[in-house]
Amino acid sequence: MLCAQLLFPLSLFLGLSATVEVQRPRGVPLSKRQFYEEGKPFTCLDGSRTVPFDRVNDDYCDCKDGSDEPGTAACPNGSFHCTNAGHRPAFIPSSRINDGICDCCDTTDEYNSGATCKNTCREMGRRERESLQKLAEITKEGFLLKQQLIEEAKRKKEEKQSKLTELQAGKRDVEEKVEALRTVKETAEQPEKEAKERHLKAWEEQKAVIRMEKDKAKMAEAFLELDDDADGYVSVAELQSHAELDPNSDGSLTEEEVQGLLGGADKVDTSSFENIWGNLKDKYVSESQAENPSSLETAPEETKEPVTDNESEPYPEDDIGVEEDDEEEEDDDDDTHEDFEDKPQTSTQTPERSDKDEEAMPPYDAETQSLIDAAQKARDDFEESERALREIDDQVKNIEKELSFDFGPSAEFTYLYSQCYELTTSEYIYKICPFNRVSQKPKFGGSETNLGSWGSWAGPDDNKYTVMKYEHGTGCWQGPSRSTTVKLTCGKETTVTSTSEPSRCEYLMEFTTPAVCQEPLPVNVVHVDGHSDHVEL
Amino acid sequence: RLWIAATSRRATRARSASNLSVVAQDENGVVLSLGADEQRLIVSARPFRLDIVEGPKVLLSLNSRGLLVFEHLRLRKDTCKLKFVKNTTFRRQKKYQRLRISPFAFLTPAGPTSISLDFSFPGVEHVYGIPEHADTLKLKTTDGGDPYRLYNLDVFQYELHNPMALYGAVPVLLSHNTERTMGVFWLNAAETWVDISSNTAGKTVFGKMLDFVQGSSETPQTDVRWISEAGIIDVFIMLGPKPSDVFSQYASLTGTQAFPPLSALGYHQCRWNYNDQEDVRGVDQGLDDHDIPCDFIWLDIEHTDGKRYFTWDPNKFSQPKDMLQGLKDKRRNLVAIVDPHIKVDSNFKVHNEIRSRNFYVKNKDGGDYEGWCWPGNAGYPDFTNAEMRAWWASMFAYDQYEGSMENMYTWNDMNEPSVFNGPEVTMHKDALHGSWEHREVHNIYGLYVHRATAEGLIQRSGGVERPFVLTRAFFAGSQRYGAVWTGDNAAEWGHLKISLPMCLSLGLVGISFCGADVGGFFKAPSTELLVRWYQAGAYQPFFRAHAHLDTPRREPWLFGPENTALIREAVRQRYALLPFWYQQFYNAHRTGQPVMRALWVEYPEDSVTFDIEDEYLLGRDLLVHPVTEEGLKSLTAYLPGKREVWYDVHTFKKHAGGQSLYIPVTMSSIPAFQRGGSIITRKDRVRRSSACMENDPYTLYVALSPEGTAEGELYIDDGHTFSYEKNKAFIHRRLTFNDGVLSSSNLALDSQFTTASWVEKIIFLGARKPASVTLKTAGGSETRVEFEYDSALEVLSLRKPGVNAGADWTVLLR
Repeated sequence: MLCAQLLFPLSLFLGLSATVEVQRPRGVPLSKRQFYEEGKPFTCLDGSRTVPFDRVNDDYCDCKDGSDEPGTAACPNGSFHCTNAGHRPAFIPSSRINDGICDCCDTTDEYNSGATCKNTCREMGRRERESLQKLAEITKEGFLLKQQLIEEAKRKKEEKQSKLTELQAGKRDVEEKVEALRTVKETAEQPEKEAKERHLKAWEEQKAVIRMEKDKAKMAEAFLELDDDADGYVSVAELQSHAELDPNSDGSLTEEEVQGLLGGADKVDTSSFENIWGNLKDKYVSESQAENPSSLETAPEETKEPVTDNESEPYPEDDIGVEEDDEEEEDDDDDTHEDFEDKPQTSTQTPERSDKDEEAMPPYDAETQSLIDAAQKARDDFEESERALREIDDQVKNIEKELSFDFGPSAEFTYLYSQCYELTTSEYIYKICPFNRVSQKPKFGGSETNLGSWGSWAGPDDNKYTVMKYEHGTGCWQGPSRSTTVKLTCGKETTVTSTSEPSRCEYLMEFTTPAVCQEPLPVNVVHVDGHSDHVEL
Repeated sequence: RLWIAATSRRATRARSASNLSVVAQDENGVVLSLGADEQRLIVSARPFRLDIVEGPKVLLSLNSRGLLVFEHLRLRKDTCKLKFVKNTTFRRQKKYQRLRISPFAFLTPAGPTSISLDFSFPGVEHVYGIPEHADTLKLKTTDGGDPYRLYNLDVFQYELHNPMALYGAVPVLLSHNTERTMGVFWLNAAETWVDISSNTAGKTVFGKMLDFVQGSSETPQTDVRWISEAGIIDVFIMLGPKPSDVFSQYASLTGTQAFPPLSALGYHQCRWNYNDQEDVRGVDQGLDDHDIPCDFIWLDIEHTDGKRYFTWDPNKFSQPKDMLQGLKDKRRNLVAIVDPHIKVDSNFKVHNEIRSRNFYVKNKDGGDYEGWCWPGNAGYPDFTNAEMRAWWASMFAYDQYEGSMENMYTWNDMNEPSVFNGPEVTMHKDALHGSWEHREVHNIYGLYVHRATAEGLIQRSGGVERPFVLTRAFFAGSQRYGAVWTGDNAAEWGHLKISLPMCLSLGLVGISFCGADVGGFFKAPSTELLVRWYQAGAYQPFFRAHAHLDTPRREPWLFGPENTALIREAVRQRYALLPFWYQQFYNAHRTGQPVMRALWVEYPEDSVTFDIEDEYLLGRDLLVHPVTEEGLKSLTAYLPGKREVWYDVHTFKKHAGGQSLYIPVTMSSIPAFQRGGSIITRKDRVRRSSACMENDPYTLYVALSPEGTAEGELYIDDGHTFSYEKNKAFIHRRLTFNDGVLSSSNLALDSQFTTASWVEKIIFLGARKPASVTLKTAGGSETRVEFEYDSALEVLSLRKPGVNAGADWTVLLR
């Protein structure tokens, strides 16, 4: 009824060595064998009490520390040692003894449960050795690669630094050049400005003359028009027919008002008309114009239309930019765009052109033009030098940014910078651009989701360069923003090996890189476990 | 129909009107004898009322307030003016379900109907039951507020202390005072409302005392009015008089708790969702790595192929049998969800079969009723149809449900039923189940889903294995089919606290296998709340951690070694007590007594217990007062029974009953007390699953009463089949301690079962030091048993009696 509890002869078959039989209670590691001496009272390993030796492994827990029951499940806090010959020895919690589940590869934990366990230690040992060996090879090669990476990074860093120095040196030259060209520009712009002003002033004067002449002509014309009876005088009555001149705009032009307009006189001759023309000209409407007022009113509206059209025009252009549609379409749209611009111009400019033609400024004279050309060249040169300076600044900033990243203790992660790596799963394409961002894109169309931007190294304190953390990705519905933890393991290749979402919106990516490969231990260490059993014997 | 269940001296049985005898009669009424205890039923014609009396005392009156209403079916057109019930119910429904829908919107072509009846309980100030509500154990009066509503609904983020309807409905109400406990079972599956008023409600204790001193007090009385939308008045009266009598009377009507497989009483690790097979394997391994026992890992809806139940996601769960075998190798089990809404998809076999067999619920126009749920457009099989249920059950056969294995069980969620685009997120009342409108059967739909599934799990094993099915919706009788949980709660302290009265209320109406999502479903719990919830959950019948899809992971080992250790310890306490839990469920299954009990159930004469809902009893012997408040440094537990003693199960310290005990608490505290006079059996060798512990030895905890006696029971069977029932393959023993003699005797002489388990330790609490201890076995042999005695704590431990747990034996303390 009860389980077999007492001492049990334990046979160890170790590797290739000869069979050795060691007497010790079940579940006791060799290292503790001396505490379990047959026939002598057993003292709990915590020293709390001493019990007769037949209470060791009698399936009843006497010691608080569980040390009297190394081979049974009696103590809640006990542990059982499996020798696992051919593989690695292990301790398992006592509660796993005879629970019907094979935990020790040598089957020793299931001696009375009816579970049929197979000794898998040899197989497991072999597999583990193989994988350790493989791992060792990977580590070795990976570590070599890492050295190269370190060298490369060092070189790169030096390159960058010298480039930086070079840029910074060059920058000073360019800055000087910019300053010099600025002076040249300013020097050239002064005479240009003066010449232009001169030209403009001359033109203004000329325009005033023209305007005056025009006004005079208009006045003469008006006089003739008003002087209905052609007596050489414009009388009150004659002027009264022009209701538009009503000074108080009350709709009736009285005689008094007309007299006021005529400077108190009943009639004026041409020379006096000249004096009062100033009061009339703004309001005066020529009779020929008054007959056809629509042309005046419609013209400004028509001129507005193309403007509105032009304002609405940018939208198709913007859309094209966003959608990144193919070039042809864009070209087509550009054509229509031009069409739109052309159409209104042809229809509306005719009435204006006459005015403009009259008032168009005559071209600069050769001297002014040469001053302008010289100034323009100076400006272009200056701007170009400024652009060059900005470019240098950008380059400096980029290099400084790159140099500011923590690329690991020996800068071995430098090579990952500005690279991207992808993994395609059944649903998504995952992409990591180290030190930049992680993203996910549905395989069968759909927009990209940001799974986090570079945050920091996040490994344990003693090994912080094994985990990368990317944060503040696209927000989750009712949840936090997405983030990704990237676990780095040693490998010859640099590649994403798996991705998962263990918790909502918290992603986990496994990534192999030679950069985390540790210096391999001396070759024989791999076999230490195998040896240690021998040593223990 | 009126049924009255009374207790005679010999047996409990329900009586129908046919075996009542006429005692007296006149032109306005008749007096009928109920047979026992001078109980009479007085029927008066004008005005119509019924009074149940015992001697000179009125126990219960029906229609004494004249609220009997029977609003029969009419044609729609003559009902455009709704009667009061309709108006009232819809206004209230509208108010707290916050629906902006016309009250007329769900009316069925048949027009409104309603029934109503009032019950008066003279001398009663406490009424309980009518779950499911997130409210106090003791029902509140509803004057001036909404009545308690019973209408199975998928409620999003339910509110606490609110009479609003939740996922399940059991129309059973218990009345209680120091002299008598009674019950009213209003058998009606339509939408139901219960109004409660009391003439003492609102009176202060001082006012009551003043009344008493002045002799002016009227008898306290509680009036209860039931209103249902449809159906007939079909009422069962349970006259008690003890709480246990009401439980057995009610059990005779709706059956007892299904006896679950032992594993189902272990710890359940659930989450919406474990992502894929690897994730399941990882969680299984994580449990072992952190030495946390667990019997079940659960898969929510994401495991399916596009929410097509009975299928697996081809990428994430491509090898379900490998996964199940992996769990089986660890002696663990899996639950996969199967909801009753079926994706309308002509490439989905299940849908095609249901459609071709015409098994879907119909809409009012006769077409298949369709609504939105997880899969999108979905049909709802008519589970009220027995043929449909038989077909559904057949779907769980191993050759039908691909990828299923014997260690895979089922979870029925959303079976209210939940219809995302339906009125109040449920089915339209005018949908048709055959010729029945949905409103007539609404509250029982979920029970039928549960039943058909449980029957499927029984059938797949050829009737050998006990099923385990969890349901969210339930009705009177759902206890026969498995476990229920309190639905989609939240990670808040208030929700942890309310889980006690919610499960206690269910226990009062026959549903013992109850639990709340440990940690809270919505939101992320603080570490303290999570630990406290594990501690509370470990002492509730159904112990499952669950979490919403959008919450961070919260497996027990994710909160630092200290908290992992606290959670581990709570789960280990659960596993050590599994023999006790199992025996409680066996008892519930046999007798209808609840597993988790309100204190007043065992101390019906102690009015202090009537309002207590922050502590409870498991069976009658284990009192638990979990910590359900944040940052608590101490609490006060009421230890009932003036002549009793209680032993702290962790320290073995003895406390007198009939007092409020001040208890300082730390993060590791789960205050629990064993009643003096009881014997509790434990398996203190906790392993990674209940199956692993099958053959492990027992430790008996013999807690002595002040008289120095104790008794208890031990039940053992194979833990998972019906053999206990079919072949009487079980061990049921009585353990008694009297006059220094502890003996184990057979309670089931015709049963046969052998166990490898033995008795490794017997611990007497409150014992004197004996001079010697002798063990006598059936063969007559006598052996001395070694022991240790702690005189400070009065704890006597017997070392390794070693007797088989199924044998007769005696231990003598001299």
